[in-house]
Amino acid sequence: MRPWEQDPILAVDRLSMRFGGLVAVSDVSFRVGRGQVTAVIGPNGAGKTTVFNCITGFYKPSAGRLALSHGAAPSPSELDALTRTGRAAARTRKGGVFLLERLPDHKVASAARVGRTFQNIRLFSGMTVLENLLVAQHMGLTETGLLSPAALLNLPSWRRREAAAVERAKTWLERIHLIHRADDPAGDLPYGDQRRLEIARAMCAQPVLLCLDEPAAGLNPRESAALNELLLSIRDADATSVLLIEHDMSVVMGISDHVVVLEYGRKIADGTPEEVRTDPRVIAAYLGVEEDAVEAIEAEVGV
Amino acid sequence: MHEATAAASSGLLARALKDAAASAAITALLLVPLVGMHATEGPSGALVLKYRFGLVAIFALLVGGLRLGLHLTVWRGDSARGAAPRFPALARLAGPAGDAAKPVFFAVLLLYPLLAVLGSGGLGPSRYWIDLGIYILTYVMLGWGLNIVVGLAGLLDLGYVAFYAVGAYTFALLAGSVPISDFFAGTLGADFWRLWSFWVCLPLSGLLAALWGVILGFPVLRLRGDYLAIVTLAFGEIIRLVLINWVDLTNGGAGIASIPPISFFGIPFSSGEGGFANLFGLEFNPMHRNIFLYFVILALAALTAVATIRLRRMPVGRAWEALREDEIACRSLGINTTLTKLTAFSIGAMFGGFAGAFFAVRIRFVSPESFTFMESAVILAIVVLGGMGSQIGVAVSAILLIGGMEMLRNLTFLKDPWLFGPDFDPSLYRMLIFGFAMVAVMAWRPRGLVSSRLATIFLKERKKVSGDLVREGHG
Repeated sequence: MRPWEQDPILAVDRLSMRFGGLVAVSDVSFRVGRGQVTAVIGPNGAGKTTVFNCITGFYKPSAGRLALSHGAAPSPSELDALTRTGRAAARTRKGGVFLLERLPDHKVASAARVGRTFQNIRLFSGMTVLENLLVAQHMGLTETGLLSPAALLNLPSWRRREAAAVERAKTWLERIHLIHRADDPAGDLPYGDQRRLEIARAMCAQPVLLCLDEPAAGLNPRESAALNELLLSIRDADATSVLLIEHDMSVVMGISDHVVVLEYGRKIADGTPEEVRTDPRVIAAYLGVEEDAVEAIEAEVGV
Repeated sequence: MHEATAAASSGLLARALKDAAASAAITALLLVPLVGMHATEGPSGALVLKYRFGLVAIFALLVGGLRLGLHLTVWRGDSARGAAPRFPALARLAGPAGDAAKPVFFAVLLLYPLLAVLGSGGLGPSRYWIDLGIYILTYVMLGWGLNIVVGLAGLLDLGYVAFYAVGAYTFALLAGSVPISDFFAGTLGADFWRLWSFWVCLPLSGLLAALWGVILGFPVLRLRGDYLAIVTLAFGEIIRLVLINWVDLTNGGAGIASIPPISFFGIPFSSGEGGFANLFGLEFNPMHRNIFLYFVILALAALTAVATIRLRRMPVGRAWEALREDEIACRSLGINTTLTKLTAFSIGAMFGGFAGAFFAVRIRFVSPESFTFMESAVILAIVVLGGMGSQIGVAVSAILLIGGMEMLRNLTFLKDPWLFGPDFDPSLYRMLIFGFAMVAVMAWRPRGLVSSRLATIFLKERKKVSGDLVREGHG
């Protein structure tokens, strides 16, 4: 059994997404390993972002099951029992399981704890860097209610809670080397800093699974090396599993434990970076040749 | 360096003065035949020529003064252009200087009735000024209430006056209700409801308005931008039409009169035994009530301001502003956008309800006429002109718009025979001037008087965020 199949944090089963007559994703199944970095790659228009939007609740899939587990993966019988009930979440022997396709988008983030970033950066540009990180901790800060009296009257219990949130924000700002820009508007930061800040913002919400949509887009080689380091530290130090879409092969091959390849809405390969790199279908997808011409191409590029 | 600047500025002043004088002279020359001579029908029916050189002089001075003003502010040579804020005083309002100015601002507000009485020479003559103060403060409060919805949460609400109406009618109906009055007459004394109705109904008006905010908000807050604006506009009109047509409850277009006056926490402002003046050993004067009304609306406006400041620093306030910035990012962080919008809508509505109850107790008469779309438009204009989200900007623009429109009534010198003649009514031109003022402000300061936003929390220093980065929201 492959490492990501032993204890998957997210099990995608037979996911399909249709927009009218267009089938963007068709019958895609894969596993995201707990504590691993999983990359989804594929040519433009392969359906990567659609898969992401289904996982993070922004789209309701036309068909399929997205089972996210806290603690440990549920046994197949537990999962089937939940699927049959029509409910969205259940406690299991070793934690909890959420069927993401049944949750509204804000619940995917708040209850199932799936964080995400966007292909085109979506920071709150008119708010400061620190404010951005505090908005991310909204769920933790409003546990006692959206208009809790303690917060309205600024009682000590509230001030402690807020101080803890600021502390977490400061820790993250130090990790992404932006502590000196904490009071500046987020929209004033350079592009690379905005990318890192968006990741820090998603992490401040303390997700168990972090989904990154092309985190290295537009970064220079030095910045993408720093990004690699940051993502590995998120995997190792924060015990957060990472799922990313990426075109930058230095990032994909450098840090991924597991790579899933999509083409025309179908999965064409699934394995370790080395396996995927040498998979003839992947090469064909990227270089655009007929299946029977793959061998010739392989010989040509020397794999 | 300093000398060079001084020389440059004196040269600038000389050039500006020369230009202003020249343009004034050209204007005067042009206008002598056009405006200075006016042919009217004489008493015998023949045409007579009237001379209006005073008017020409006024126009010339206006043109000269405006050009001088433009030279000294907007057209400050090419080097300085765009470098410094064009209205440094206004820009400072939101900054550290604004912090120092705030106590002064509050002191002036607190002492305003005293200043009005001293300035106009007695309680009686000060009535106009006190009433004007109350009038302006009502709009300041409404502006601050709508600022929560439009300025912070970025939800364009064109029907805010509906909540103002809900508040006013809640108080008017409950205060005039015979069963309630009878109920309290049996338990707490015959006069209880007449004296205390405002103080009991004030929170109820706010709560009911908030409830209506929720009822309206629930179905429509999934709409965005223009669509939300149109639905809220329609809601405002529906409330007004219901008030007109539900004659059994609201007495229709005739309105509700005989609303009990405000009491000093149970002590009536009456001339007899046990009245306010009698109890405090003062000579009776009906102005006592107006001065008290001034302090009530001041307290209500202050409550709105303090609540908004506090809410902005709470997670819910930050979520409102985040929602205005980017709704999709908010959802990706687990923020329930419907609930968050609903809180903004209902809290804004609540302050509108408070203001409505105050309006009813001040005028002691409510009718649907008072809650037309024009009111919503004026309140929205106050918020937009002030700079969305800025409290001080909203207060300044309320004073400018409402006070300015009121001041137009006082321009009696324009009725001088040398100018427009006694038939001229400057207040008829209020809306025209109002429109021009809006166009001018939007041309020069498209983000309102105070366009920057202050951060709600900081590590080292509280910085201002330039208006260029802050988004207006799409509903």
